[in-house]
Amino acid sequence: MQVLKLITKNAFRHKLRTGLTVLGITIAILAFGLLRTVIGAWYAGVEASSATRLITRNAVSLVFFLPLSYREKIRQVPGVTEVGYSVWFGGVYISEKNFFPNFATDAKTAMDLYPEFVLPAKQKKEFLRDRKGAVVGIKTAERFGWKIGDTVTLKGTIFPGNWEFVIRGIYHGARKSTDETQFFFHWNYLNETLKKAAPYRADRVGWYLVGVKSPDMAADVAASIDKMFKNSLAETITETEKAFQLSFISMTEAIVMVIRLVSYIVIVIIMAVMANTMAMTVRERTGEYAIMKTLGFGGLYIGALIFGESLIIAAAGSALAILLTFPAAKAFGDYLSQYFPVFIVSRTTIYMDMAAGLVIASVAALFPARRAIKVRIADGLRRIG
Amino acid sequence: MYKAGPPIVVVRNLNKSYRRGDEIVPVLEDITFDIGQGEFLALMGPSGSGKSTLLNLIAGIDMPDSGSIEIGGVDITSLSETGLARWRASNVGFIFQFYNLIPVLTAFENVELPLLLTGLSRKERREHVETALDVVNLTDRMDHYPGQLSGGQQQRVAIARAVVTDPSILVADEPTGDLDRVSAADILGLMDRLNIESGKTIIMVTHDPRAAEKAHIIRQLDKGVLNAGSETHH
Repeated sequence: MQVLKLITKNAFRHKLRTGLTVLGITIAILAFGLLRTVIGAWYAGVEASSATRLITRNAVSLVFFLPLSYREKIRQVPGVTEVGYSVWFGGVYISEKNFFPNFATDAKTAMDLYPEFVLPAKQKKEFLRDRKGAVVGIKTAERFGWKIGDTVTLKGTIFPGNWEFVIRGIYHGARKSTDETQFFFHWNYLNETLKKAAPYRADRVGWYLVGVKSPDMAADVAASIDKMFKNSLAETITETEKAFQLSFISMTEAIVMVIRLVSYIVIVIIMAVMANTMAMTVRERTGEYAIMKTLGFGGLYIGALIFGESLIIAAAGSALAILLTFPAAKAFGDYLSQYFPVFIVSRTTIYMDMAAGLVIASVAALFPARRAIKVRIADGLRRIG
Repeated sequence: MYKAGPPIVVVRNLNKSYRRGDEIVPVLEDITFDIGQGEFLALMGPSGSGKSTLLNLIAGIDMPDSGSIEIGGVDITSLSETGLARWRASNVGFIFQFYNLIPVLTAFENVELPLLLTGLSRKERREHVETALDVVNLTDRMDHYPGQLSGGQQQRVAIARAVVTDPSILVADEPTGDLDRVSAADILGLMDRLNIESGKTIIMVTHDPRAAEKAHIIRQLDKGVLNAGSETHH
């Protein structure tokens, strides 16, 4: 007879109680995993950012544009490899609930600067050739059933009017963490239209995308760019793509903090439930532990039995939760894809799930085990009969 | 008539009390007696007289306030908790009123339990368990769980568990207290056999005069005191 066998038999002695506890742990760890994934999704843009890309924007605010003329000046800064630019278009497809990020961009450069957006060569060629052409991520294309050659009309919110585009390319992400929901089209198309309809808004860009030779040069290049436009009508702030993304997240940091807090509270609650289960179990078996002590088994052995039992229950719940996390995250991610374009269960989340299971098992067993070890044999034997 | 061997248990000036709130309740007072090797001793007395407490002290599962208990030349009152656990594992076999088997283990596994603390291999353990179950005539029930056995059968499994490590002393606390007359007679017969054939020293607490008749010596305890002249020899 093995010790493990006794632990396993003990763990499933009260099937209903163990089953309910396992279910509780499963739900708690699943919730924990999903909440951690939500936090991960919040930071997906940061994670996907490149260390060799800088963003130059208006020092006052992102809503203020920069002159197109800055491009050539930025290009002259030592260490800069390429300079592209973009404008947040903010177009709406049919209704506002169909949100997806859409940009007007310097198409050719943008595609060079973002190699993680994988587009077949033929589609890229077609896109560059068509002034009204647009490229869309596979997730958005699938969401609305768009195919190559389809005409799509977006209603402008920042730039009024109905804007027609022809889908010329559908990109896939090079990595799992790549956002596959974006829609981008030629900045020239936007600018030419603005020149006619609102000339004072023409020849301006929302931000510049600056490629640098190496991450080591990023700080110097950023400082040089900002210095160049100091005391101009449109001063700039240049930062790494990561810092740029983080500045968005900082606006919603309180929400992230609350989600993080809730994820820990869920674990604390289930820890209390599990501790109650273990306390009941140990109280019921005080007599049995006294018998085992009588036979010569030491406190360490009794403690191992209790910890082992707690570990088996927590491990069963955690394993189930981890298995369910993937389909649950997939369903969750699909449902909220417009808010969380990248919703992936990371390896770290799985490790944290395991760690949470281990902590639940250990903390829940701690006090009951201590009590079982401390109880005098004679007192334990009195509980029998 | 039984002829006592040299003393295996030497109890001297034993005192034990319990605390009930602020009150100290004496349970055993100045107990002194010997138990000879191979002796079958019955401890009798009314409820609360301290029989079970005395048995627990001799078996090393409780500690006295003062006095000494020497068993086989070892003063068990001087042993640490771990030392005492080790000593119990190899020197004492326990038989309880309510059998006290682990319900999730089969008869075989229950008997094997004390052997897990020894360095025996799996094969050796199996041999020992089968021998012990053979002694109590239960080899055909070795895969049964306690819940599938009668009270008498469960007590026989408990006896097999008590003897599987071949201890020199068996302590039994009301071993027939939960059994019908036939099963009780069966268990007492078994204990008698272990005493005569295997030379086990047996210390039994009982209320039952019929059970006590099996013993060589009966000692009476009353209010924590071993009655002078209470010793009855069979």
